[in-house]
Amino acid sequence: MTAQAEHRHHHPHPRQPDLEDQPFDHFQLMAEAIGELLIAKGVFGADDLRRTIEAIDARSPADGARLVARAWLDPAFKARVLEDVNAAAGELGIDAGAIPIRALENTDRLHNVVVCTLCSCYPRGLLGLPPDWYKARAYRSRTIREPRAVLAEFGTSVPDDVEIRVHDSTADLRYLVLPMRPPGTEDMSEAELAPLVTRDCMIGTAVPQPRPV
Amino acid sequence: MSDRFAVGERVRVRAAWPPGHVRTPHYLRGKRGEILSIAGRFANPEELAYGRDGKPARALYRVRFEQAALWPDHQGRARDTVVADIFEHWLEPAEEGGA
Repeated sequence: MTAQAEHRHHHPHPRQPDLEDQPFDHFQLMAEAIGELLIAKGVFGADDLRRTIEAIDARSPADGARLVARAWLDPAFKARVLEDVNAAAGELGIDAGAIPIRALENTDRLHNVVVCTLCSCYPRGLLGLPPDWYKARAYRSRTIREPRAVLAEFGTSVPDDVEIRVHDSTADLRYLVLPMRPPGTEDMSEAELAPLVTRDCMIGTAVPQPRPV
Repeated sequence: MSDRFAVGERVRVRAAWPPGHVRTPHYLRGKRGEILSIAGRFANPEELAYGRDGKPARALYRVRFEQAALWPDHQGRARDTVVADIFEHWLEPAEEGGA
């Protein structure tokens, strides 16, 4: 029986709402209006705007993961990552953008986790767009005052003798957590290591597991 | 131009609530911390927000705070910390004033 045939029955389904069913809010209207005005005035074209949005959406945590995997394998590269993430990313052909990104190295004494309590500052140049929970008030307000409870909800347990350092991204820098390389990965190549470095590992809400989950 | 504060120095975030676009979180105002590092000089966001050039650039510090000193009902581990980026004009030597 096909899925379509299976669906020939007689009861109403709730209608999935369309985007337009919600009224535009103030900031959506402002963004639409400014975009249309800039195009109308010839500051840029509709194609430029679309291409820029496409480029933003195309970024993904895979770039950050590649950088971390390389840092695990190459101590000299890791030193350059700790000095200047944007420049080190450039060595890998990754354009991490103009906003300076700093690496926060996890050790067996220190676990770093990143939040932006004021808004949603995030190293988009290396991780792409932030997940919705990163922008939520719950994550922003709770991570800063009860990080261990928040990490536990992510399934991440940090030993009591390890300092948790919460970085509030309040100004002109963005932060990328450089997680510890998990044990049992000594023989793995960069291409094998990179999938272990998930987005959350670079935010600090998770730590890399020995095998991809 | 030299930076006013050195790494390791104890500082206090100004307890002030001016209007405008301020990037100093409320939960840190009036709190004591320690300079962890100096991030560089950046245009003042309180000026940039109003279409001005933000010059002169201000020193930006990474300041470390004990979590237990931030939250009266702190339930976490005593060693846990918060690090935030605070502009120089929001910091004063920790000796000044009370609290």
